Amino acid sequence: MTHSAKNRSTLEQEYDIVVIGGGTAGPMAAIKAKERNRELRVLLIDKANVKRSGAISMGMDGLNNAIIPGHSTPEQYTKEITIANDGIVNQAAVYAYATHSFETLSQLDRWGVKFEKDETGDYAVKKVHHMGAYVLPMPEGHDIKKVLYRQLKRARVSITNRVVCTRLLTDEEGAVNGLMGFDCRTADFHVIKAKAVILACGAAGRLGLPSSGYLMGTYENPTNAGDGYAMAYHAGAELANLECFQINPLIKDYNGPACAYVTGPLGGYTANNKGERFIECDYWSGQMMWEFHQELESGNGPVFLKLDHLAEETIQNIEEILHSNERPSRGQFHANRGTDYRTQMVEMHISEIGFCSGHSASGVWVNEKAETSVKGLYSAGDMAAVPHNYMLGAFTYGWFAGTNAADFVAGREFSAVDARQIETEKARVYAPLDREHGLPPAQVEYKLRRFVNDYLQPPKVTRKMQIGLQRFSDIQRDLDQIKAHNAHELMRAMEVSMIRDCAEMAARASLFRAESRWGLYHYRVDHPQRNDSDWFCHCHLKKDEKGEMSSFKKAVEPYIIPLDAEEMQAYDRLRVGAFAA
Amino acid sequence: MTGCESVPLLPEPKKRDREMAYQPQEIFFRSNAPVTVDEDLCIAHKGCTVCVDVCPMDLLAINPATQKAYMAFDECWYCMPCEKDCPTGAVKVEIPYLLR
Ligand SMILES: Cc1cc2nc3c(=O)[nH]c(=O)nc-3n(C[C@H](O)[C@H](O)[C@H](O)COP(=O)(O)OP(=O)(O)OC[C@H]3O[C@@H](n4cnc5c(N)ncnc54)[C@H](O)[C@@H]3O)c2cc1C
Repeated sequence: MTHSAKNRSTLEQEYDIVVIGGGTAGPMAAIKAKERNRELRVLLIDKANVKRSGAISMGMDGLNNAIIPGHSTPEQYTKEITIANDGIVNQAAVYAYATHSFETLSQLDRWGVKFEKDETGDYAVKKVHHMGAYVLPMPEGHDIKKVLYRQLKRARVSITNRVVCTRLLTDEEGAVNGLMGFDCRTADFHVIKAKAVILACGAAGRLGLPSSGYLMGTYENPTNAGDGYAMAYHAGAELANLECFQINPLIKDYNGPACAYVTGPLGGYTANNKGERFIECDYWSGQMMWEFHQELESGNGPVFLKLDHLAEETIQNIEEILHSNERPSRGQFHANRGTDYRTQMVEMHISEIGFCSGHSASGVWVNEKAETSVKGLYSAGDMAAVPHNYMLGAFTYGWFAGTNAADFVAGREFSAVDARQIETEKARVYAPLDREHGLPPAQVEYKLRRFVNDYLQPPKVTRKMQIGLQRFSDIQRDLDQIKAHNAHELMRAMEVSMIRDCAEMAARASLFRAESRWGLYHYRVDHPQRNDSDWFCHCHLKKDEKGEMSSFKKAVEPYIIPLDAEEMQAYDRLRVGAFAA
Repeated sequence: MTGCESVPLLPEPKKRDREMAYQPQEIFFRSNAPVTVDEDLCIAHKGCTVCVDVCPMDLLAINPATQKAYMAFDECWYCMPCEKDCPTGAVKVEIPYLLR
């Protein structure tokens, strides 16, 4: 398998709508587009296999943000997310999710996804957030991908697996009219014409290097290297609040969730080395991560998940959930190290940095219809900037994207694709295969991501981030030295280029916002204060007319659900004892 | 050390030739595969490719010589579909050594 130039073919296809990424948001988008108009030809394309791809590959422990009648309201949820995100939200987008979330949940339930219910048959909602109750456990949530796959087949969505999409095609007016990619087994090149494209490529999960130093030991499914962010950027889309990094509290080394959301309602909590609680609430936010980081670095550190005070029956229940769902190898990890929830606290640490609007707020800008700023381009899920959207948000925005894209393509014709864009991309993609010698993709990736840690990991320092930018531009030159021996290595080589683009975006976005906000996510040592008079705004980034990365401010849209000053401060008091008497 | 004197002097190579003498060389890192397959249980020789299909990172392959599945690339996310979906229980996932 040398994939030499003469063995490679270029395959050309045509679909009304192409959904890139068949993890969570993508399948929903494809199904809903077909439901809207059965006549449409809809393709779902993934670099992995849709049967087991994405963050929910092994199921999920629960819904982190379900707004269920009788337990919470869309208004209350919109308030909570506004506060958790320090006020920088497009409330219309959050509210659109909140009002639709129960319909999405009911749809999943009808399809056969299992959620926890109480004796009366009502959803067994738990309170984990600071203010409202939105967490719905799904201890039997393993089969979610199977359920989705069945629906994809029923809806007659076309599926292409193992094709890595690398760039979008744009027409004369700048609208998206197709995409390109290559097969990670045969290295064949794919050109697909489309009237609309939906990007659902997940988080930028391979931005920072986990402290283990193991490239693929990331919190996120490492298939999500930031491809969606890079593709959107190169197509001219605006990205929002990228400086609001994703940083999560995780099991040290294993780097998966310790799962305070599962254990919290059962009596577990995050503790310091004395076994004491130091945060009021385990819901992941920048403010919570700030307190976590403070404790980790203090004499009370490190931080642990404490379960050793719980009853045997409760512990068995926790093990049952955590060791069979979502990240099921957790149990094996603990067993190897002799960690038993009954007798020891579980050591925790913080994750590498990433972009992810599913957990924080960094993503491709979208409105409440899942439209990006580029015509014909939609986005949903972790990569689309609707703060704290998580899994149910991915499904809901996938739904919006599918329905709205179906309406958009109605009556729209295919436009001619630009041969120059195709030739340029083909040359870029194949260069690492055709080069005779060169750098191994994994080494370039390691160095790049180590620089990301060295220069971008909060606390952020201006001069360090400037040096980082220099290093990332050096890596751009190294990309022209990468050698791929086969199609698989080519996939990694192309991912390195996407990660590099994300690293530069992360540095530039962080340098632009000259204040501190979102707790640890954007703590700038040399601008330590939050400065609402200059920075109560979104910060967007895009490729400008000169082809350069440029940042600019965007006003926060008028609130549709007003908050009073007292409420706005709720997340400033996460440390135990911080409540004023 | 006798005999050294008798080695005839080679003509001085031109500078360009000497640079050409340094050919790029690759060293392959050794790694302990976290995913292993019980070849007695594996039914890949009957056409099964389930583990190869489900791996999100595309790390598994069928060895053409043995007709059995094996881990071809060391980039494991220890996520488990390969083990879970294998119809004969032939696949075992261990936590990669660096994290263990
Ligand atoms: C370990 C973990 C635990 C979590 N726990 C919870 C929880 O308990 N509750 C909750 O609500 N949320 C949870 N989340 C968050 C939730 O899973 C995500 O928000 C949601 O699944 C994101 O969906 P998505 O469609 O954006 O991304 P994914 O589901 O990750 O899908 C992205 C897809 O894009 C594909 N792709 C990427 N790049 C390309 C490319 N270039 N070409 C083709 N395809 C590509 C990938 O292969 C993948 O299939 C968790 C996330 C993780 C990682």
